[in-house]
This record gives sequence, structure tokens and C-alpha cells, in this order.
Amino acid sequence: MLRIEAVTKNYNSRGRLVTALRNTTLDISKGDFLCVVGPSGSGKSTLLLILGGMLSPTAGRVLLDGQSLYSLSSDKRASLRREKIGFLFQTFNLIPYLSALENVQVPLILAGANGHCQKERAAALLERVGLGDRLDHKPSELSVGQQQRVALARMLVNNPAVILADEPTGNLDPDTSEQIIALLEELNRENRTVIMVTHDPRAAGKAKRTLRLDAGAVTAS
Amino acid sequence: MHLRTIVWRELFERKNQLATSFLAILVGIAAIVSIKNVTFYSEKAVAKELDALGANILILPKSASLQGYYSADMQEEEFPEEYVTRLSSSDLQGLDNLSPKLSVPAEIEGRQFTLTGILPKSEFQAKAAWQGAGIFSRPEGCGEVVGLTSQSPQPAPETLVRRRVIDTLGSAQALVGAEVATVLDLKEGGTVTLLGRPFEVIAVLPQTGTVDDSRVFVHLHTLQELTGKGSVLSAIEIVGCCNQISKGLVQKINRLLPDAKVVTITQVVDTQIKTNRMMSRLSLVFLGIIILVGGASIANYMYANVFERRREIGTLMALGANTSLILRMFLLKAFLLGLAGGVGGYVLGTVLAVSLGPRLAGIPVLPMWSLLAWATGLSLAIALVASYFPARRAAHLDPSVVLQEV
Repeated sequence: MLRIEAVTKNYNSRGRLVTALRNTTLDISKGDFLCVVGPSGSGKSTLLLILGGMLSPTAGRVLLDGQSLYSLSSDKRASLRREKIGFLFQTFNLIPYLSALENVQVPLILAGANGHCQKERAAALLERVGLGDRLDHKPSELSVGQQQRVALARMLVNNPAVILADEPTGNLDPDTSEQIIALLEELNRENRTVIMVTHDPRAAGKAKRTLRLDAGAVTAS
Repeated sequence: MHLRTIVWRELFERKNQLATSFLAILVGIAAIVSIKNVTFYSEKAVAKELDALGANILILPKSASLQGYYSADMQEEEFPEEYVTRLSSSDLQGLDNLSPKLSVPAEIEGRQFTLTGILPKSEFQAKAAWQGAGIFSRPEGCGEVVGLTSQSPQPAPETLVRRRVIDTLGSAQALVGAEVATVLDLKEGGTVTLLGRPFEVIAVLPQTGTVDDSRVFVHLHTLQELTGKGSVLSAIEIVGCCNQISKGLVQKINRLLPDAKVVTITQVVDTQIKTNRMMSRLSLVFLGIIILVGGASIANYMYANVFERRREIGTLMALGANTSLILRMFLLKAFLLGLAGGVGGYVLGTVLAVSLGPRLAGIPVLPMWSLLAWATGLSLAIALVASYFPARRAAHLDPSVVLQEV
């Protein structure tokens, strides 16, 4: 489903060339649950952004269902993200002035869904993540665990085939982390591909396979 | 939910910044609306006052001198009355109170006076060709409209002295100047014999201290008949709209009547033009200030807004928003801000003009609906232009950078 071929990403930081990802090749099949681990600055988030079509590699190709992502224009990549990829962030990235229901509706606005359909689908997903009674609450009125569940519902609303999660449990207490990981496992059982960056060994233990990155290079798989 | 819901909610998320930016555009637009509103009515009032001073354009025979005209307005040469038709049927804008005249010396009861033939407005009404575009219909800001079809009460014959126009004058009627009346002991209702024909004195004109005091006015066509001169004139006096004069009205008349001499009474015209120019310059200065201050304030607000919302923008991009959607989101916000500033500024500016105008300028000021479209258009243009570059910056943010910022 996802393939990266000899991908290298270099940054220029204060006149110095920094290699965030070094000649990496990787195949991720449909329904896989891949966990990416490694120390800070090892290139985990860079890998996730490259897989999500948000950061073009310096060299190499990224293929999603056989389509080379970076041969597309940025607007076409945005459209592909909307249809096939769901992002989950460590800091949830909810829009603070919108309610839980409206936050979940946002990807549907971008997809051009009608108002009634938006509300129905967003409410159903919030119900699924256990927030059916918090539809009109703003993010500031929710606990961090609840906020991450709203973000999860928002990520799911366009029914993505690929889920890219960047330390989704990084800001959560152990119990809430368990709940989020359980939800991701459930989504993986629905044959969605999950790629998760984490520092949490318990979360990593739930994945089908683990990839270790060190200084931009894959050191174990 | 629509994109506009997101924009609307966000508008009220940062109320203080919004209020500052909105106030800048509101106050600016209000200031310029009130100045334009007061200026419009002030220009009208000034034009009306200056209009009362008399004609400001003279059409004379080619060889005539202005000095000669003022001493007795009698020239050696004359020109055809057809010139009036040419002026009336032209598309020249800004001609008002067209007053054709023929003056001849006349001896009345052994004394020398000037006999002047004038054309009353009723003659213009009778001739369809003389109701052509431009005559007696003045553009905006040109003072009082003296319409031929006006239903207002007939002005007294004395208005001839001031406005150089009289509504009706019969073929056997005469108006006599103050000095003539005194010397010949003439009174209203009396009779005077001119060039061998009796005329009824319908009014004795008030004293003016000018050559008009020793004149007797009769109908132009009667005088032409009595003198046997045919359809000729010695002069055409015109009250020209000052704005149009500054736009080259005199040159246009010159082109239309190449065989005549067209002169302006510069003092009157200059005063009118200077006053109006001062007003429009003041408006321009304020326009410049509002564009600078309002535009800078909105641009600053928008740049700050983009900076504060870069994580939100990055998230939207990760969720599939493309560059045009982000651009639209910020421009829609600018549109709402501009629209509110324009409408609010119009309302505030109009209230200020209507309430303060009479006190400051001493003239009645009425609301002008045309300024609503003008104010809204200006406000929208400022808001959209000032927001374009911040919006463009937002649309081209690198999501991979903003999402990795802590």
C-alpha cells in the first residue's frame, strides 16, 4: 500500500547540512500496524510527514497505492490526504473556538459534504469514541484524553485507509493512553493501515511490527 | 457547517485585536463619509451663494472688449441669435441661466438711456430645441437647479437684476431701472413710450449702482423688430457651473461658437473653483490617511492573526485543505471586516455629518445614500488589499514546519 524507495531528507540548519532520513526503503502493506521508535531527533516525525505527503524528500520516491506522492502538485496531495490519510497529533491540534462536533465536521467541510450529512457522521463518530454527551463542548472544556478522542473522531471522519499517528499518547496518562491504543487497534482490525511514532514501549508492544530509527537510518525492523 | 462558520467563529475568538482593527476602519470611513457629506452640501450652498452674484461667462462679438461691455454693454458688432440655439441644442453640461441680450441706445423724453432686449424663460419653454441637454439642468454640486418645468412660484421681476433671467415678459411690457424710473417719474403700472411704441411698466427694478439702473428692459424680439436689426444679439450672459468651467467649459463653447468671443468673469469663477478645490483636496487628504491608517491596521492585524494561527493552518492542511481554501478563509474574514467597517462607517459618518454639519458649516446636511455604496466599496477594497499578502502567506505556510513547532 505504502512504499518509500531510497528516501533521503536533508535539512539546512544554520548553514549545516542535517540528514533527517538516510536512504530509507520501506514497504508497508494494507492492514499493517507499524510502530516507529527511536530517540528524539532520529527522524521519526520526518518519516511520518514524508509518508503523509507534507514534506518532500530530498531524494527517493514515496508511493501510495502505486501513485508517486511527490510527482503530484501540493493541492493534489492535499486532496489525496483528504481521501486516504488521517493524521493524529500528540498535541491534538483541535480548533479551539469550535465545539467537539464542529471540530469533527472540519474534514467533511473540506471534502464538500452537506450540512446534514456532516452532523450525522460527526455525531456518530463522537458517540463511537465515547463522547456522545460532549458534542457541544469546546476543547478547553474537555480533558486531554477527551480532546485526543475528539481528534481521533476527526481523523476517522473521512474514513481514511492510512492512519499516521505522531506520539498520540505522548500527552496522556497511562489509562487514557490504553484507551487510545485500544481504539487504534480496533481501527487496525478494520483493515486500516496504522503507522504510529511513539516513545511509549507499551504502545509499541501493541503494534504488529516495530521500526527503529537512529540518526535518520533504520537500525532494526 | 460551512467555511464561513469557521471564519465567523474565529472573528470573535480574538475580540481585542478585532475591535482595534475594526475601529480603525470604522473611524476612518466615518470621517471621510462625514467630510464628503458636509462637503457636498457645502459646495451646493457655496455654489448657490456665488450663483447669486450673477453671470460668470459672457459671449460677445469677436471684436468686443469686456471694458466696453461693462460700460454700457453696447458693441459695434452683433452676432446672430442662432447662437442661442446652438448652445441649447449642444450636449454641453454646466450651462445655466442662459440670457441672450440686445442693447441699443435710446432717447426717452429727451434723455439718453440704454434699451435692452431680453428673452424670458417662457420663450425657452416654447422652443423645444432650446430645451436641449445641459440647459437649466446642472450637475451635482452646482448649486440650485433652475428648471424650466419648475413648479415653484414665479420669481418676482426684480430677480432679473440678480439672476439675469425673468420668467415671462410680454411684447408690450417693460422693466425700468431705478435711475430711469426716478428721472422719468415712472411707476409700476404706468406707461412709457419707447422707439415710438407704448409699453406698460410691470416693475421698477431696485437700485444696483450699475449700468442696469439706467436701462429699460423689453422683450428681445420686440426690440429686434423695433430697431429693424433682425435676429441679432449683443451678448449672451451665462451662469456656468463652476465645476464645468474648471473642466474646460469655456474652451468647449469656443469650439461651438468659433466666431464669438467667450470670456469668463474670472473673479467669480476663481472663487467658486478655489472653494470647491479646497473641499476636494481636504477629502483627498482624508482619503489618503484612511487608506494608510486603515490599511496598515488591517494588514498588521491579519499578519498577527496568521502568525497566531499557523498551527491551525498546518492542521487544516494536514486534514486536506488546499492553498485556495486557506486564502479564501482569510479573504472572507477581510471581506466581513471591510463590509462591517464600510456600513458602520457610513452610518456613523452620516450621523456625524447630519448632526454636526449645521453647527460647524452652518448649512443643513442630509444623508446621502450614494455614499453607502462608496464607503462600503472603499472599506472592502482597503480590507481585501491589506489582507491579501497576509492571506497569501497563510496559504503558503509549510505545514511540516508549523506542525513541528512546540
